[in-house]
Formats: sequence, C-alpha cells, structure tokens
Amino acid sequence: MIDDLTDTDLAAMATAVAPVDRLPLDRGVAALVEGEPVAVFRLSDGAIYAIDHVEPFTGVPVLARGLVGSVGDVPTVASPLHKQRFDLRTGVCLDDPDHPVRTWPVEVADDVVHVVHDPHLHSSANPEGPPC
Amino acid sequence: MRRRKLLVAGNGMVGQRLVDRALATDLFDIVVVGEETRPAYDRVALSSWFEGRTEDELSLCGPDVLADKRAEYLLGRRVDAIDIDRRTVTLDDDTVHDYHELVLATGSSPFVPPIPGHDLPGCFVYRTLDDLAAIRERAEGRTSGIVVGGGLLGLEAANALRALGLDTHVVEMAPYPMPQQLGEGGGRMLARWVDLLGVHLHCDVTSERFAPGEDGSVAALHLADGAVLPADVVVFSAGVRPRDQLAREAGLEIGDRGGVLVDDTLATSAPNVWAVGEVAAHRGRCYGLVAPGYAMVDILVARLSGGDERYEGNDLSTKLKLLGVDVASFGASTADGDDIDEVVYHDPVNRIFRRLALDAATGRLLGGTLVGDASGYELLRAVTLGDVDQPAELPAYVLPATVRPPADGELPDNALLCSCNAVSVGIIREAVADGAGTVGDLKACTNAGTSCGGCVPALGALLKTELTSLGVAVSSALCEHFDHSRQELFALIRFRGHRTWAEVLEAHGTGRGCEICRPTVASILASLSNGYVLDGDQAALQDTNDHHLANMQRNGTYSVVPRVPGGEITPDQLIALGQIAKDFGLYTKITGGQRIDLLGAQLSDLPLIWQQVIDAGMESGHAYGKALRTVKSCVGSTWCRYGVQDSVGMAILLEERYRGLRAPHKVKMGVSGCTRECAEAQAKDVGVVATESGWNLYVCGNGGRSPRHADLLATDLEDDQLVQAIDRFLMFYIRTADRLQRTSVWLDSLDGGIDHVSDVVFDDVLGIAGELEADMDRHVQTYECEWKATLADPERLSHFVEFVNAPDERSTPVWITERGQKVPG
Ligand code: SRM
Ligand SMILES: Cc1cc2nc3c(=O)[nH]c(=O)nc-3n(C[C@H](O)[C@H](O)[C@H](O)COP(=O)(O)OP(=O)(O)OC[C@H]3O[C@@H](n4cnc5c(N)ncnc54)[C@H](O)[C@@H]3O)c2cc1C
Ligand code: SF4
Ligand code: FES
Repeated sequence: MIDDLTDTDLAAMATAVAPVDRLPLDRGVAALVEGEPVAVFRLSDGAIYAIDHVEPFTGVPVLARGLVGSVGDVPTVASPLHKQRFDLRTGVCLDDPDHPVRTWPVEVADDVVHVVHDPHLHSSANPEGPPC
Repeated sequence: MRRRKLLVAGNGMVGQRLVDRALATDLFDIVVVGEETRPAYDRVALSSWFEGRTEDELSLCGPDVLADKRAEYLLGRRVDAIDIDRRTVTLDDDTVHDYHELVLATGSSPFVPPIPGHDLPGCFVYRTLDDLAAIRERAEGRTSGIVVGGGLLGLEAANALRALGLDTHVVEMAPYPMPQQLGEGGGRMLARWVDLLGVHLHCDVTSERFAPGEDGSVAALHLADGAVLPADVVVFSAGVRPRDQLAREAGLEIGDRGGVLVDDTLATSAPNVWAVGEVAAHRGRCYGLVAPGYAMVDILVARLSGGDERYEGNDLSTKLKLLGVDVASFGASTADGDDIDEVVYHDPVNRIFRRLALDAATGRLLGGTLVGDASGYELLRAVTLGDVDQPAELPAYVLPATVRPPADGELPDNALLCSCNAVSVGIIREAVADGAGTVGDLKACTNAGTSCGGCVPALGALLKTELTSLGVAVSSALCEHFDHSRQELFALIRFRGHRTWAEVLEAHGTGRGCEICRPTVASILASLSNGYVLDGDQAALQDTNDHHLANMQRNGTYSVVPRVPGGEITPDQLIALGQIAKDFGLYTKITGGQRIDLLGAQLSDLPLIWQQVIDAGMESGHAYGKALRTVKSCVGSTWCRYGVQDSVGMAILLEERYRGLRAPHKVKMGVSGCTRECAEAQAKDVGVVATESGWNLYVCGNGGRSPRHADLLATDLEDDQLVQAIDRFLMFYIRTADRLQRTSVWLDSLDGGIDHVSDVVFDDVLGIAGELEADMDRHVQTYECEWKATLADPERLSHFVEFVNAPDERSTPVWITERGQKVPG
C-alpha cells in the first residue's frame, strides 16, 4: 500500500471513482480509469477490490455487474454472462486459470475511492490443484 | 539419466500428448515440429468450432504449456527428410536438427478419391481448422452441399454443412451408412435418423464426376445412376491414409496397407526412430481413433524412461453421439453367420436398433451394435472383453433403457469408463475416494471426459453412486454457504419472518454467499414479501437479469420486453413500441410468448425507454425474472367460429393477477378457447382449455429442453373455482420446489405426483389451503411495476449508470446490419 501520498501525487497516479459510501455493498460498479473500464467492488467486510471490467472469455465489459460471493475464504465475483468465478484479490479465474483478469490497486483518500494506474496480471493458477 | 533430445514430428493430438507426458518425466529437451500454423488442438471436437467453440477453447496447449522452456515449438514447418545415420532431420526451410530420439506422430491425411473434377475450387476435406474456415467461407451465401462418404466423419461433416444452412446430400457406395461398424440393421436405422435431420442420403451409388459452373468452381455432381445433384460445397470424407511419406523416403519399413510399421515397443525399423498415433501401423493395422494413440504414448514414454511395457493393440469399441444420436459398437460388432446367435431389438418408431451377437455354441457375448439408445454399453463392452462375468440374463440387455433400467451400477473396477483417455471405473472410484467430489474434479484428476465427452453422463452417474456408497450424502444443500435445500430455506424464512439477506445469512448460512444462494434467497424474499427487488441488501442478491430488470445480451446490452397481457395489444401501443425502437435504435422481434422484444439497449438508456413504455400504458413483462412470464391466448369465442369461452379475457385476468410473482423458476400459462387448443396451453406450467360449461385445468407442462405435456388436474371449473385452484397450485409449487425446478420437474420429484397435487389443491389434505390463498392475496394486493418503481426514486435510478465516475460515457459495442436492423457484430 502507498502511504504518505499527497493529494497531488494521488491525482497523478490514480483516478477517483466515487465516495466510499456511494459504492453498494457486495456489488460492483464500473469506472473509467484512463479510458479503461475497471470494475470496483466494496464488500460488507470493508474490503475494496478493483479488477478489469472486461470479461476475458467474451471481451465484453460486464464484470462489475456480476454477483459477489465467496469460495472458502476467497472473495469472488461471478461473470454475469456465463458465471465463471474470479478471485477478487488476484484476478485468477477459479473455473479456468487460462483466463485471468488484471487487478488494480485501490486507495481511499478523503473517503473517496481511487483506482491506481498500475494494473497487475497474476499468472499463478490454483496453487493447490485439483483435490487429488 | 542424462537429459536427451527428443524430436517430435507432428504436433497433432497424439504428438502433443507425447510432449506433455515426456515433460512430466523431466528427462527430455524437446523440439516439436508441426506443419499446421497453430499448436495442437482437439481434432475430435473439431466440428464444435462451427457451433462457436473458439480456437482457444479447442487448444490442447494452454499458455503455461507453450511457455515451458524445455519444449521448443517450430510451427508452420514440416519435416522433409530424415538422415538415420547422422540422427538429423531437415525441415522445409532447410534447417537441420539433430536428435537422440525421433518420434513420428504425423497422423493421417484424408483420402480424396480420383473422381474427375475432385480438385475444382469448392471441394474440401475435413481435417483441420483451416479446412473448416475455408468451408465456412465457401458456404456463405450458397445453398447446396455434398459429402462424399457416409462413414462416421462423413455424417459429422454433413451435419455441419446442414447447420451452415446448406441443403446437404451424402453419397455412400455401400447400401447403408457405416457398414463396417454397424452392419445392416444398425446402418439402416442410422439412415432413418439422418433422414429425420433433413440430410439426403444416397446409398449404393458411386460418384462419376464433378462439373464446374460458370465461375469455374464446382456446381454439380453426376452420379453413376444418372442423377445430378447441385453441389456448391463438396467435402470428401472417404477415409484417411497414414502420412508415411517421410518414413518411406527414409527407407523405413511400411505396413502392407500403409503406415510406419512398429513393433510392440513402438520402435520402427530404424534405430532411435519411433512412431505413434494414426501414422503407426501396429501388427499391420493403423488406428483412426485417438484412444489407441494416447495408449501408445503412455507405453513409449515409459519405454524411453527405462521401462519395458509393451503395446498389445487396442479394442475398437466406441460409443459416441453422432448427429445427436447415441451410437455404439463393441467387440466383434457385426459378427454374423451360422455359428452366431443374434438377439435383436428393432423399434422403427423410436428409431432404436440394438443387436447382440452371441457365440451359438457357448452363448458367450462376442460383440454388438447400439443405435438410438446406447445404454448398458459400458457393461456389455466389459463382458465382451472378459473383464466381467457374463450376467445370466444377458439377452435381456438388448432392451433399451426405457424398457429395462440399465445395470451400470454393477461395473467392476477394470471396466473402461472413458475410452478416449483409457480411464477405468477403478481409477474413478479411487479419485472419488481421494476427495474428488464433482465431475470437474474427476476431469482434472483423471483426464476422463476431456476428449469426445461421450462418457461424461456415465461419469456423473458413477460419481453419484460412489459418493452415496462412501456415505458422503449427495446433499440437497443449496451450496457451500447453506446446508438447507431451497424448500427448507423457504419454510425457515417464512416461519421466522426474515426480511433481509443479512438476517438469513446470519441465522442459517456461512461465508459471503455466491451466485447460487444469493438469487435463491432473493427469490424467496420476493415471493414472500413482494417488495422492490433492488432495495436494501437485496440488490446484491439478484442475478444478472433481475439486477437491471432487463435481460443482458451477449454483448453486454439489454433487452426490454413490455408486458402484453394475453397477447392483446392496441394499434396505438404497437405504434408506440415502434417509435421507441426507432428513437433508441433498438432491434425488434416478436417473441415466442406473444409479445415484442426490443433488443440492444444501453444500460443508461433503460430508464428512458421504460418511461416511454409506461407513458404508452404498458409495464414490465418480467422477462428477466424467475416469475410469471406470459399467458398465451387464442382469439376464442370473441372471434373464432369454434370458440366456446372468452379465452382472451381469461388470459388477461390471469396475467394481471399473477404478474410479478417470483417463483423457483419461470412460470408460463396458456388459455385456449376450445379443445382445438391453438394456444398450446398443454405445453405450459398452467394450461386452461375452454369447455362448453367452463374450463379444464392442466398443470406441469413444459416446452424447452425436455418437453412434457401437462397433466389434467380438474375439469369444467367455473371462473372463480379456476382462479382459486391456480392460486393454491402456484403457491404450493413456490413453497416446495427446488431452485430452478420448473413445475414439470417438480411434479416428477413429488411423492404421490399429480394425485398428491390434487389432494392438496382440492381436498386440502395438508390443511394449508388458507395459507396458500392468503399468500397469493398479499401478492396481488402489493404488486407494483418494477420499472415504474425505479423511475419514481432517484436513489434507485442512480443504479442505471454505466460508469460511476463518467456518467456521460458508455461502452461502444460493435453493431452490424442484418435484414435492415442492427445486431451484435
Ligand atoms: C425472447 C424469447 C425468444 C424469442 O425471440 O421468441 C426467449 C429468450 C430467452 N429464453 Fe426462452 N425465450 C422465449 C420463449 C421461450 C419459449 C416459448 C414460449 O414461452 O411459448 C420456451 C419454451 C416453453 C417453456 O419454457 O416451457 C422457452 C424456453 C426457454 C428455456 C428452457 C426452459 C426449460 O424448462 O427447459 C430457457 C432456459 C432456462 O430458462 O433455463 C430459456 C431462456 C431464455 C433466455 C432467458 C436465455 C438467457 O438467459 O439469456 C433468453 C433471453 C433472451 C433475452 O435476453 O432477451 N427459454 N423460451 C422468448 C420470450 C418469450 C416472452 O415473450 O417472454
Ligand atoms: C472431424 C473429426 C472428428 C473425429 N472424431 C473422433 C472421435 O469422436 N473419436 C476419436 O477417437 N477420434 C476422432 N477423430 C480422429 C482423431 O482426431 C485422430 O485419431 C487423432 O487426431 C490422431 O492424432 P495424431 O496426432 O495421430 O494425428 P493428427 O491429429 O492428424 O496430427 C498430425 C499432425 O502432424 C502434422 N504433420 C504431418 N506430417 C508432418 C510433417 N512431415 N512435419 C510436421 N508436421 C507434420 C499434421 O499437419 C498434423 O497437425 C476425429 C477426426 C476428425 C477429423
Ligand atoms: S383454440 Fe378453438 S377457439 Fe381458440 S382459436 Fe383455436 S379453434 Fe378457435
Ligand atoms: S470417452 Fe471420449 S472423453 Fe471419455
């Protein structure tokens, strides 16, 4: 996490999305970050995650409209089109590791959620493999 | 062992399996040379490319496979020569590569019979993705197709041509299709299925020549019997030939009928050169299936790692879905003659043919063919191979599953379940015992079901039996977050009076919920309280369509379907809908439910569109909800000379009563004005058919995937008796059905079936009729149009913005124009 940022630093490195309390709980919203669609989720435990809004199987920007849930301890969103689930923390697709999405760092400053212009692609698939 | 350099010629299905298995030993550095420009893909599933499976989905090499530094892929390149003494190969770009071990996995190529005109433009083979792309391009805008060859692949190709919109003919020299595998009875039965599909089959005839049209490409096929068939697109499927050219030129020994001769160790006649897959001739025979190739790879890799396994040949039994029809053959499938007793089941009505061939002297099962119903295949095959003792009642196994339940549960460990990947029943049992709990797990652990997919239903059935016998309750739990079934949860929520998701999760669940339990709870809360479905914490529960009160389309835009009760609509409303479609650039279509779909709306336009719909006196049609959809009607006594009751009036009354009612699945109704039944009411969840003195009530019909005619529940009801019966019926269903269970499936799972429903609805045996009616009353009293409720509240409206931080921006899907309207590109 990035501490001690001045407002100007943040403005240069990140895009404001919305005040925290405007984000619905356990649901996503889409934002435009430097022209790219990003899905931002606020969970009922307070965590906020951002991943690509574009669903990698179809290339259609809809992930923010998926259902939030959990698989074990993993917070997930399920694609609204065909229900593949993505790990909100890493962007890894639990149903098909070959189709990850990028994650975007999130910062909250003055109660406003910001998405930092620094997307990551985690390639590590399910580290445990199938249960056998 | 020191690392060795393994060179693989050919990157098809078997070549890639070899790479995967060899990498797993970590003994080799690998170079793969593949003539096709793309890495290996699932050729067995090739035809699914026409149905929308993408190249990526068909690929056998994920990014992690291609990224593995220990294997180098030289694609779009061909091995042209082998120098056995120097242990090098030369590629078509003249580069030379050395090897310690060379494996030929060059597969086969389709045989094109030398019929004059066979090389005209418009003639193709059916083997690679490039072939399919070329066929699709050629088919564009054309009308007729020919397949030469009525074998397995020929029929598959014919089905593909038909799906491309071509009027398709298959020309086969034998008197019926698939003679070698199915024999006469099976072949002729298959011909009936082919006919049913609308593909024209010409058997017992040869092709004489192809004639070009004006543009010089193929246009007609002249048959030996004088017939001339239109031929815009021609596909040859007359068998395959092993690609042994390379080996011939290098002086390797070749089988009598072609193919690179290998011994039981898969060694060719040259040192350090091996062959696997379709190109290998083992004991003189080449196999045209993937399973033997995979089996050869296992043996070869074991050998190259120091083992002494031998390849003993493969059984040729197969079971597959051909043109949607189950077809199987096993053992000496077409054995015939004086020393054979045949047991035959022949049902031309349902197009089922099953034949078992028994040794007349000993009664032992030698083989058989199954067409139209392949149940029992796994067991029968295991008996033929001697893996299972022959059951005493074996001849009875000739009966199809509808007549005699299959006995698959008795399969022994060594019976083969997935033939493509050689996975036995025992391996599946082990995997289940080790914790695999879903078909997905089993695929990942054992590879079973990952090629042709034909064994997946058997896999699912075995999994269920195994889990049950291991004492793992095959639970009715909704998902990992709730231990209850939907029915139990409904009772709990109703009894405890929960009103929010938070209360329900806290009291009965764990974790954060998921895409299964969230919409289920949402639906129960909506059935019980009828509040606005997007308020409070319910918003986060709604599935894709419910969440924006519209159906999401494949490009992320939405459809708007206003309610048209009973299908009755005024001219002004029709004009209004047309104007709305024009204003917002929407595609319009009459739906199968007697109303009008406006498609292609942007998320942020939805409220504006709804406003205009409401201004025109219409409202939400709940096409997005598991809720009442439509009440279809016929014109009835108002217009029709046969009508005996006002079916339109009754349909409107019912639609306005039950609109917005949330249920475990969607609910459809129909009302016909007489027994001619023009409204197809008996295909609906609730069907009403007029009689001279009232209405007959039918319930639990279904169209869709598994159509079911509705059952008659009562006759000659008066209007208010009818409404009361439907109130009770619907609420009873909503209380007791499982998630996503239509009334038809629910009825089949209900103890006592239709009689029980009748007892509850008319005799109130459960003493709940009062409650059911009160629940429905509350629904009717509190109904409001969700679109209107959204428009009335700025807070709710704020939900319908595409990008929170850029309300004026919207995504830009690609549109193309088709028949004068825009559709997704
Ligand atoms: C629009 C329409 C097709 C059309 O252009 O005519 C349609 C479109 C869809 N149908 Fe349908 N069905 C439509 C009439 C039907 C009919 C015919 C009828 O109602 O008379 C049937 C067979 C009758 C039946 O349901 O018993 C039908 C059986 C299905 C099924 C299979 C249900 C089953 O029990 O097997 C599904 C899948 C499901 O619900 O799980 C389905 C699902 C769908 C979905 C919702 C798929 C989806 O989730 O995206 C489609 C939504 C398209 C969209 O986004 O707008 N649709 N669908 C029809 C809308 C009728 C309406 O006015 O509301
Ligand atoms: C439409 C279709 C449906 C099928 N359905 C089934 C089914 O249901 N069940 C089943 O078991 N089987 C089925 N098959 C057969 C199955 O696909 C083959 O048995 C399997 O692909 C054989 O694998 P292979 O690696 O031996 O050959 P291939 O998959 O043909 O691969 C050989 C590869 O080597 C390349 N090559 C050839 N020569 C050279 C060279 N000199 N240098 C470099 N590369 C070279 C070729 O271009 C090709 O890519 C089907 C086949 C088709 C076409
Ligand atoms: S069902 Fe009867 S009343 Fe209705 S349109 Fe058909 S014939 Fe006429
Ligand atoms: S039999 Fe083909 S995948 Fe199992």
